[in-house]
Amino acid sequence: MTVAAEDEALLQLRVPARADSLKEIRGAVGKTAAHCGCGAEAVRDAVIGVDEACQNIIRHAYGEKLDGDIIVEIRCDGADMVVDLRDFADRVDPEKIKPRDLNDIKPGGLGTHFMREVMDSVEYLVPARGRGNLLRMVKRIS
Amino acid sequence: MEHNIREEASAVVIAFEGDVDLESSRQAREVLLECVGRKRALLVDLSQVTYIDSSGVAALVESFQSARKGGTTFALAAVSDATMRVLQLARLDKVFTIFDSVEDGLAEAG
Repeated sequence: MTVAAEDEALLQLRVPARADSLKEIRGAVGKTAAHCGCGAEAVRDAVIGVDEACQNIIRHAYGEKLDGDIIVEIRCDGADMVVDLRDFADRVDPEKIKPRDLNDIKPGGLGTHFMREVMDSVEYLVPARGRGNLLRMVKRIS
Repeated sequence: MEHNIREEASAVVIAFEGDVDLESSRQAREVLLECVGRKRALLVDLSQVTYIDSSGVAALVESFQSARKGGTTFALAAVSDATMRVLQLARLDKVFTIFDSVEDGLAEAG
């Protein structure tokens, strides 16, 4: 795992890690992606990727703990839009985060697959400071 | 998210409106399974759905499987491009029966 560097963000949003924060996150990500120059399809996909990643944080990283936060940071880096999602939950083992077999039709287990499909890269990092997890996703600006 | 259920001659139609996401998918699941329990053909109108995520898709899959187990038909209708994108990501666009409109779905069910 790589230690992340800090950089200036176009969006920095700190919200409670709860389901009722997701609409606000989607709206902010959509606006920022468009501001970065993403086309309509890239905006839509970036929103899907961030929403699913935040769901995983809410449901799996924090689990039953209801008092955590998520920080969403977005910056443009050349032709890339870089999204960092920071949480303060217990450290998650990236090796245990795997998409399920889509040929096995059953409810659930799709979020990680969606993230990897719609984003150009998904990387689990160690935060530069403090506890928690840092997920970095990159979407190429089309 | 809002929903509306109506009994038509050939099927039960449940229409969702708004975002079917982690905040609302539990409610969507409950009403879908309640409709499946009516033991009639079920048509899910997605024309007014503005966003659906993996938890909303999971509610559709569970209801689809419950309907199939009970021997009743389950279909989607009027799927927007944004919703279709999510179904395609899950490779469910080839699993669900999908009609262009509610009218088409009702005609088929009849």
